[in-house]
Amino acid sequence: MKKILIVDDEPNIVMSLEYAFKKKDFGVFIARDGTEALEIAEREKPDLILLDIMMPQMDGYETLKRIRESENLGQTKVVFLSAKSKEKDIEKGLKMGADGYMTKPFSIKKIISDVEEMIT
Amino acid sequence: MSNYVVGLIIVMYLAMLFVLAYFAEKNPRGKWTNNPYVYTLSLAVYCTAWTYYGSVGIASRSGISFLAIYLGPVISLPLWIVVMKKVIRISKQHKISSIADFISMRYGNNRFLGALVTITCLLAIIPYISLQLKAVSETFSLISTENSYVSTGFLDDSTFYIALLIAVFVAFYGTRSTDTSQHKKGIIATVAFESVLKLLFFLAIGIYVTYYLFDGTTDLYEQASMRNNFHQLTSLGGLENGFNWLFTICLSFFAIFLLPRQFHVAVVENDNENYLKKAIWLFPLYLLLFNLFVIFIAWAGNIRLPDVVNHDYYSLLLPLQQNNQGLVLMVFIGGFTAVISMIVVSTLALSTMVSNNIVIPYGFIKKLVEGNPEENTKRIKNIRRVAIFFLIVIAYFFYVNFSAQLSLFSIGLISFVLIAQLAPSFFLGLTWRRGTARGAEIGILVGVAVVFYTLLLPFISQVIMPNVKFVEEGLFGYSWLKPAQLFGLDYLTPESNAFLWSLSFNTLFFVGFSLRNKGNYRERNYAEMFVNHANYENLQEGAFVWKGEAYVADIKRLLSRFLGETRTNRALRVFNKKHNISDAEEKADARLINFSEKLLTGSIGSASAKILLSSVSKETPISLVEVLNILEESKETKANNKLLFEKSEQLTAMAHQLKEANEELLLQDRQKDEFLDTVAHELKTPITSIKAASEVLEDDDMPPELRKQFLENISRDTDRLDTLIHNILDLEKLSDNRTELDIKKRKINKTIKKAIKGVEQIAAKKQVGIEFTERENLEVPFDEDRILQVLTNLLSNSLKFTEPHTGTIKIHLEDGDKALRVSVEDNGRGIPVEDQAYIFDKFYQSKNQNTKKPQGSGLGLAICKKIMEGHKGSIWVDKGFKKGARLVFELPKSRN
Repeated sequence: MKKILIVDDEPNIVMSLEYAFKKKDFGVFIARDGTEALEIAEREKPDLILLDIMMPQMDGYETLKRIRESENLGQTKVVFLSAKSKEKDIEKGLKMGADGYMTKPFSIKKIISDVEEMIT
Repeated sequence: MSNYVVGLIIVMYLAMLFVLAYFAEKNPRGKWTNNPYVYTLSLAVYCTAWTYYGSVGIASRSGISFLAIYLGPVISLPLWIVVMKKVIRISKQHKISSIADFISMRYGNNRFLGALVTITCLLAIIPYISLQLKAVSETFSLISTENSYVSTGFLDDSTFYIALLIAVFVAFYGTRSTDTSQHKKGIIATVAFESVLKLLFFLAIGIYVTYYLFDGTTDLYEQASMRNNFHQLTSLGGLENGFNWLFTICLSFFAIFLLPRQFHVAVVENDNENYLKKAIWLFPLYLLLFNLFVIFIAWAGNIRLPDVVNHDYYSLLLPLQQNNQGLVLMVFIGGFTAVISMIVVSTLALSTMVSNNIVIPYGFIKKLVEGNPEENTKRIKNIRRVAIFFLIVIAYFFYVNFSAQLSLFSIGLISFVLIAQLAPSFFLGLTWRRGTARGAEIGILVGVAVVFYTLLLPFISQVIMPNVKFVEEGLFGYSWLKPAQLFGLDYLTPESNAFLWSLSFNTLFFVGFSLRNKGNYRERNYAEMFVNHANYENLQEGAFVWKGEAYVADIKRLLSRFLGETRTNRALRVFNKKHNISDAEEKADARLINFSEKLLTGSIGSASAKILLSSVSKETPISLVEVLNILEESKETKANNKLLFEKSEQLTAMAHQLKEANEELLLQDRQKDEFLDTVAHELKTPITSIKAASEVLEDDDMPPELRKQFLENISRDTDRLDTLIHNILDLEKLSDNRTELDIKKRKINKTIKKAIKGVEQIAAKKQVGIEFTERENLEVPFDEDRILQVLTNLLSNSLKFTEPHTGTIKIHLEDGDKALRVSVEDNGRGIPVEDQAYIFDKFYQSKNQNTKKPQGSGLGLAICKKIMEGHKGSIWVDKGFKKGARLVFELPKSRN
């Protein structure tokens, strides 16, 4: 079973994603901010992390950096999931080492198919 | 006294003057030679042998009328501050070196006019110099014991040798530099020194006569009053005499400005125009002292001396009668001193005029153009030296042949009347811009002709043709043409008669011809610069109007002929630097032409300078309109230059401000971008949520409770979207000042209660208490809906950040002098210190939120702030409150 970590501070968005991925038999973990995300990631070693950028405390960029620094998370793919949809934002995200960049609002079906493609 | 002793004393005295002049020249900047006192004393060159001897003669024969000749200068002196200052400034600026140069330049460097003025001055001054020589010779023979000796020719006449010595002195100290506008400190120092001597010696003889020979002024008065002509000697006379007085005062008024020697000491040798301030009271004082004892010496002479002696020499004859040799010698030296200073300055001024206004422009200009600099310098100096000797020698022969029967007084007056002919072109030239060269020329010619007919012709006819009766009967027998009573005016003295008619005709012709003929542009150019000098004095080269073509190389070649290669190069370098002109510039402009003219004017006079420069340039005539335009432009340029500096400073300041403004704008721009980004993000979040929820809701297998939950989420996110959009629009409206606030006096109590009522339900649900200490009847002007909005916002925030059950919110009212203060405090977790400054910014969210962020648009407090600004009030966080958060807002009591 593939494990996926969803990191976002908006509970309503998380709720929909969680429902949809669970339905597809993913092991779903939830974090509300960067710190919590690192904690869960170290513990569960998910195959993929869906990471929001604009979050309180530790933002998405910083969280990605820490994940890439971690020895345990070499295999983990990270996909940004953000309302920042400008060209340069996407470029920046990919340059920082993200494996994908998806903009809000998104289509859940598309996210699931993209994620499946990436980790199978 | 023996001839030889007197001769030796004279030679010794002259030698002393040489030494004095030498030391003054050696230290030209010393304070002994550069001060207002020396300047004033040099003006006293006005007092000649005429004053020294002649005044006594007049006083003894016709009473106090001698004073008129000193009243003119005294009356004119206050005017100096205005007129002389202007003349001095113009002269310095244009390197003018004589009255002839001044008048010739005013009328466009007119060569003929310069020559005419010079000739008029020669006619006036040479006889005058001869009279000075006559005074020396006569006083010399009076005091010498060898009366039996009669000179047979000029070679054994001591006066001739004295004249030659004076000529040597002037030639030596007067021609050291070719630039005549340079100051001659040596000569001026000796003139000032002599002014002191002659005054002291004359006062000494006055005191001697009044207090030694007589028992003071009262005694003299009593003795004199017993004589039969006493009344006539002490009264002013009737109306006719009044006219004579008036005209004599006018004559001397003009003379103090126009006599070549006065112009020289007052204008050309002036170092500092501020000296005028001292001179205008010191010089009248000097004249007063000089005239103090005249009347007493005259009375004493009338009483003590036989009538047959020459009344002019009373001051010498009185001590001679007492055989007081020391005093006799002193008086003689005093008179000699007065003579020397007059001759020295006069020949200096005249020789400059002769060389610069006649000899060079009319004869030598071609030679000078061909010569090299050293030769030219030598030539110019030699021309001047020859002129000096020539003038003195002519004066000497005039004295030998003509002046036997004339008194000092009458020759002096003839001289003044002739000089007065320059008055219309000089004074009107300074004030009336229409005056033209043609007018000036004809005016002077006519004036001199009238003087010639009324004053000189009778004198000459007396000497040459004693039988012709036209003086008594009038020309061709017409009595109204009688020279001394022209047009039947028979009560004036011959001099007053000549003065009246010559000056009337002179002025008439000057004005008439000036009005008829506009003059060329050059004349109008200079007229503008002289008349309107205050406007153009700062312009210098810029004010000169010239249109044409000239090459710098030609001008350079011309200048170096007179100034030498090094001086020319230096002058041009300085000029180019000053005007920011490249050294490689080939074509000369008006400024260079004018600059070169000025450089040459000092050496060869303005008329010659103009002729020389026009020989290397092709000048195109320009219209009056162009002249005026160019003058205006240059005036503006000058003014602009001054302004430019200020402007550039302003510009620098402005650039700085602009930079700041730009930074501010950039910041605002960035803030706007950030704001839009944030708005987009804030809008996208609920939209994303709604979209995601609706997608998962497609799943038919979803349990009903979950489905209900998703539907509620959608509903809540929609509300959130709505609030956000509403708030954004509201904030923008408030920021643009588009909303009119409905500000009226209202009771705040009521509004607060309304606000509490609005949140009561939520508070009750969370079990948070709201306390309000009511204050009835407090009225302030405000917009009820908006203040309600503020209060609701603050209360909702407090509700959001306080814990359920334990939370309390308190509202306080504080009534101040000028404003009403409302505070809303809670016992929640408070606002972190680092956030306090930013919570009123749009979409500001604390970085340190360690819990899930509470719901809100992030715009509430920003809107509150805008509302308070609209009320001219304020809102802030009470930093001192530590038990939770306390937000305070203030409403001003008066709307202004």
